[in-house]
Amino acid sequence: MPEMKILLVDDEEDFTQALSERLELRDYAVTVAGSGEECLEALETEVPDIVILDLKMPGLGGIEVLKRIKSDHPDLPVLLLTGYGSTEEGIKGMQLGAADYLMKPLNIEALLGKIHQTMKQ
Amino acid sequence: MTLYDKLPLLYERFFEKFFFLPKGYFAADRYVRLRRVMAMLMFLVTMLPLTIMLVINYHQYQNTIKQETVNQLVILENKTKHSFELFLQERLSAVKYIAHAYSSDDLTDETTLKEIFFTMQENFSGFVDIGVISPEGKQINYVGPYSLEGKDYSETASYREVRVKGSHISDVFMGYRGFPHLVIAVEKRIRSGENLVLRASIDIETFNDIIASLGLGPEEDAFLLNRKGVLQTPSKFYGQVLEDFPIELPSKSFQPHVMELTDSQGRDIFLSYVHFSNLEFVLVFVKLQSKIFQSWYALKGQMIIIFAVGLVAISLIIFHLTGMMVRRMKQADEKREAAIQELEHSQKLSSIGQMAAGVAHEINNPLAIINEKTGLMMDLLQGKPDLAKREKFEELCASILRSVERARGITYRLLGFARRLETNYESLDVNEIIKDVIGFLEKEAQDRNIHIDLELDPNLEKISSDQGQLEQVFLNLLNNSMEAVQDGGDIVIRTWEEKDGRTVISLSDNGCGMTKDAVRRIFEPFYTTKKGKGTGLGLSITYGIVKKLGGDIKVESQVGEGTTFTVYLPKKVLSEEGE
Repeated sequence: MPEMKILLVDDEEDFTQALSERLELRDYAVTVAGSGEECLEALETEVPDIVILDLKMPGLGGIEVLKRIKSDHPDLPVLLLTGYGSTEEGIKGMQLGAADYLMKPLNIEALLGKIHQTMKQ
Repeated sequence: MTLYDKLPLLYERFFEKFFFLPKGYFAADRYVRLRRVMAMLMFLVTMLPLTIMLVINYHQYQNTIKQETVNQLVILENKTKHSFELFLQERLSAVKYIAHAYSSDDLTDETTLKEIFFTMQENFSGFVDIGVISPEGKQINYVGPYSLEGKDYSETASYREVRVKGSHISDVFMGYRGFPHLVIAVEKRIRSGENLVLRASIDIETFNDIIASLGLGPEEDAFLLNRKGVLQTPSKFYGQVLEDFPIELPSKSFQPHVMELTDSQGRDIFLSYVHFSNLEFVLVFVKLQSKIFQSWYALKGQMIIIFAVGLVAISLIIFHLTGMMVRRMKQADEKREAAIQELEHSQKLSSIGQMAAGVAHEINNPLAIINEKTGLMMDLLQGKPDLAKREKFEELCASILRSVERARGITYRLLGFARRLETNYESLDVNEIIKDVIGFLEKEAQDRNIHIDLELDPNLEKISSDQGQLEQVFLNLLNNSMEAVQDGGDIVIRTWEEKDGRTVISLSDNGCGMTKDAVRRIFEPFYTTKKGKGTGLGLSITYGIVKKLGGDIKVESQVGEGTTFTVYLPKKVLSEEGE
């Protein structure tokens, strides 16, 4: 099975560093983008299998990035990360075409489950 | 200070000064003062015009009555004067006619004179006798009840006057006859120069008849005076014939002249007089003022009664009206105050909520980092089964993850609290909400050793309602119960579904309970049994929320046994417009 490519978008470096390492340990190829702008740039060079996108970021916000991804790559699945309790934003993201949303702090098993579920579809 | 606030003070100063009240007499609360000022102003505004009208009416009516009396007097006087003049003129004409129509022989003949006299008496009332006087002044012929023949008149004033003027009407006098009468004398001119004088006396009873025919009341008097001010007819108030009239009349007037004066006996009178045109008489009318004003006094009495009744009625109305107005104002003020407090309370909650949401979000990010780092550590540990103290590390990491979980719970509650402030309908599990709420108070319950028993219906259907608001409701009720029970007390929370489909939540405690009065007022804003401690808002807010969510809330309580609050919630709120 070829490595699954993940684009992880979050402004919190400590968070992306740890999470990407954990995912790599589980045999995923992870690219990290520190902002919405970086995410869109990365998509121009290489399209991953799935995008994990934080909704709360300075500069280009998660919802805006989601809209652009969905207009350029309608079939690219996107998983959203939201702060705890902000279900509304997650639901809004799903209405805009996101595959699902997860709340921070994450449960790694739940994340892996969602990734699998998304990729199967 | 606005004028609205200042006005009462100004009035108080004024009234304190004006009525010599001690300073601080009006030191009463704001509403009493307001009412007092309103009453005073209303009283002034209503009573002032009434009083002014009363005074004006009083004087106007007095003047009208006076004017009317004067007019009546003038008319009566003119008429009476005319009657007198006509009477005397007629008699003078009669005597003149006789003097000229009959010859000297006829007049000096006793039989003829008798015939003439009888004819006169038949046609003209008042003639008492008739006589003929010789040029020397001796009465030479006489017909009448007295024997006056041969009497000498040559020295009398009337005789001399008639000799000069040709005719004469005398003042009233007693004369030889001993009763009041007056005399009409006419000279009969004869060519020989031996002029005779025809002299007729008239009884003044006729004058009295004329006056009597006026139908004067007991307060009125009418009489004749001669030019010297001697009574020519008897007066009711001022004496008999030929007595002096005590009041001196001013200038001569041929038109009735009315005066107001006080007579010698101290009575206020209207006096009207008029001089006869050709005769030396003055007709006088007197009217007592006290009688004239009798009707006015009656009216005055009525006016005072009406005024008094008005005063009482206005006072009563003002009393009630101001009372009502001030009560309303007080109620409105209290309502406004309550609304402001409630607003402040909700603003406070709202700002706390915003802060809580901010804190929760901020804490979430580092929590996520800790979570991932620890997760990574766990992952790395798994790849190194032979690492020294690996189990210890794993245990530590697990402990960190549990703490993260706890912190996550706290941020969840904080966000939940923040969301309570907006109405947001979603499908909710009431049992879950109750458990969440208990989570807030778990620590306190543990500290105070309070047992919270849950008897929740596991088959409860989800309802459509607002999570935050329901949390607030249960939190308030649970708080209330916790305050009611003593340490070690019991609280039982039950949920079930009613037959009509409503979800019911009941909270029972075995605390102090409430009196009937307290139960009746428990949901009123600012009603509190926790003296000085509570805001008295909690349960009224609870009540408001439950009502807003289309539900109902009931309370049962027994003093010393405990209280049960029961909340009924509909499956769906019919009108979800709410807020």
